[in-house]
Amino acid sequence: MEKIFARSKGLTDVAFSFCPGCTHGTIMRLIAEVLEELEIIEDTIGISPVGCAGFCQNFFSCDFIGAPHGRAQAVGIGVKRALPDRTVFTYQGDGDIAAIGTQHAIHAAARGEKITSIMVNNAIYGMTGGQMAPTTIEGMKTSTSPYGRDNILDGAPMDFPKVIANLEGAVYVASVSVDSPKNIKKAKEAIKKAFKVQQAGLGFALVSVLSTCPTNWGMTPVDSLNWLRENMMPIYEMGELKVTEEVEAL
Amino acid sequence: MEKVLMKGNEIIGEAAIRSGCKLFFGYPITPSTEVVEYLSKHLPPKGGTVLQAEDEIGAINMCYGAACTGSRVLTASSSPGVSLKQEGISYSAAVELPMVIVNVNRCGPGLGGLGPAQSDYFQSVKGGGHGDYRLIVLAPSTAQELYDFTMQGFDLADQYRNPVLILTDGFLGQTMEPVVLKERPEPPKVDRSWVVDGAKGREKRILASYSLTNEIGEDNNLRWEKKYKNIQEKEQQWEEFHTEDAEYLLVSYGTTGRICKSTVLNARKKGIKLGLIRPITLWPYPEKAFIPYKDKVKGIVTVELNTGQMIEDVKLAVECKMPVHLYRRQGGMLPNEHEILDYVEDIFSLTAVEEV
Amino acid sequence: MAKVDVISKYCKSCGLCIDICPKKILDTGNETNEKGYFTIICTDQEKCIGCALCATVCPDVAIEVYK
Repeated sequence: MEKIFARSKGLTDVAFSFCPGCTHGTIMRLIAEVLEELEIIEDTIGISPVGCAGFCQNFFSCDFIGAPHGRAQAVGIGVKRALPDRTVFTYQGDGDIAAIGTQHAIHAAARGEKITSIMVNNAIYGMTGGQMAPTTIEGMKTSTSPYGRDNILDGAPMDFPKVIANLEGAVYVASVSVDSPKNIKKAKEAIKKAFKVQQAGLGFALVSVLSTCPTNWGMTPVDSLNWLRENMMPIYEMGELKVTEEVEAL
Repeated sequence: MEKVLMKGNEIIGEAAIRSGCKLFFGYPITPSTEVVEYLSKHLPPKGGTVLQAEDEIGAINMCYGAACTGSRVLTASSSPGVSLKQEGISYSAAVELPMVIVNVNRCGPGLGGLGPAQSDYFQSVKGGGHGDYRLIVLAPSTAQELYDFTMQGFDLADQYRNPVLILTDGFLGQTMEPVVLKERPEPPKVDRSWVVDGAKGREKRILASYSLTNEIGEDNNLRWEKKYKNIQEKEQQWEEFHTEDAEYLLVSYGTTGRICKSTVLNARKKGIKLGLIRPITLWPYPEKAFIPYKDKVKGIVTVELNTGQMIEDVKLAVECKMPVHLYRRQGGMLPNEHEILDYVEDIFSLTAVEEV
Repeated sequence: MAKVDVISKYCKSCGLCIDICPKKILDTGNETNEKGYFTIICTDQEKCIGCALCATVCPDVAIEVYK
């Protein structure tokens, strides 16, 4: 018998630090596999955020830089402008990119910065213990929306990839999910394409991945996947939101 | 070596280019904008990159990323912009990144005005951002020093793997003076084994400042402290002017440090034994400069463009052994050499001795 | 013939693999790893068809599959 599924070379052997059932780990596996398949582990510099995903600097086998909360895009741009022939990707939670990091992400896209950005949308701030994020769904209870998010008081959840897709420099924007094997496969394809966009130097690429947070949602890992399908997928436009011709031709 | 007439802020840009700086990330703000303007014109033809970021927070974090790759990188701003950069500067100090940051001090707080000031002294030397860190701070007072200190800043940053702050002001930045465009000194041999540029043929590296446990946190702080002590021991710089037989001292840096020289000369004409200590590094503060005068000098006046900041470090340096008074203008005003001398004579009740 | 191998040091007993396995041959074991999780075990290796859905959904890359 042959081993048909094993830990990617894009990962170190360090155990993930996430809660049981948290799909951050799945997303990181997909990225690691893409780095391995494109044979760019040694040329890649990852930029980690502040939040649960901040620990990813220990899980990937490529070089990593820890950015201040919200600043991963700017840090990544600094690296890419210094070393244009290296591959640079940022990995951020929804609060990191769409709250405190908004201006850096929007201008990275507007300038068409040739980096690959991964946004993990679990509709909550995980590391700090479950506060409301810009992506928190209406009615969703969090520690800072204890009565449920009220779209009148707190505003409606923000579909950040849609915002980015409107910008000229964003040449590839996709919104995917890792709630099922089928969607995990599609998510990997989108992530791979986003890295190929960078390799071809076409412009800014963003992949937003719907993800779960069993601990702060207060559900079992399996229930949280169902909750994601019923409550998040209807709110966030899924699929490839923007694909320019050059990207199509890749 | 050519001698040219150049505006202060542009001199910083030219010095950076000649120091091998290839990357500049910035944002416009008076009175520092000529730095980004000059480099926007002159760096790209030399194969460099100038990026005007979305704001100063973006700019400093781009510097952080570029510095992680070991590239020479510069940013320049003025007071409010430098306030926005404090978090990024703290991170850069924690990760021990070489970079040169320019603050063309304008008067504040708040929006303030465009005039020259030294109101960011505390922010610069006592750590404007969070955490226990220090920046090497150089204070130029002439066009030539703007040029020389920018170059020196890049070498010190590499040598000690630490951000360096050039603290200048709106007056110096906007003034045109002749400057000799010296060739770049041999850069220091430095260890590059920490840079993050892709783990090709080597172990992977991480540059970050999160300390998982308190023990690691303490070790980090002790490591930084050791470096700062080493810098304090070796890098104190200052200029002395007519101090050999001085009975009274002026202490002043930057633009006011220059004005004080005229005050000293005028005082000497009146037979008043006045001297000047002009700090060049504001951190590490030049305490060594005061040792010979602690028991000799009767009094000190610090001349500053703020409501009294450096005076605290002078008192510490002389252990309050003699009276230390403050003469200052603020809000963008500059003192002239006469009003300083009037204050010295008044505060130390020096009746005018006969003209020498 | 196919086989799954759960690497206990990575397993957090989250149960996603149990839920997805079409042959329902994965279950919570009664031994804990060093973190105290009751790691997942395969109850009937013969029935495994090597579809690797378990490994695909595992957020901790704790499952290796042979075929």
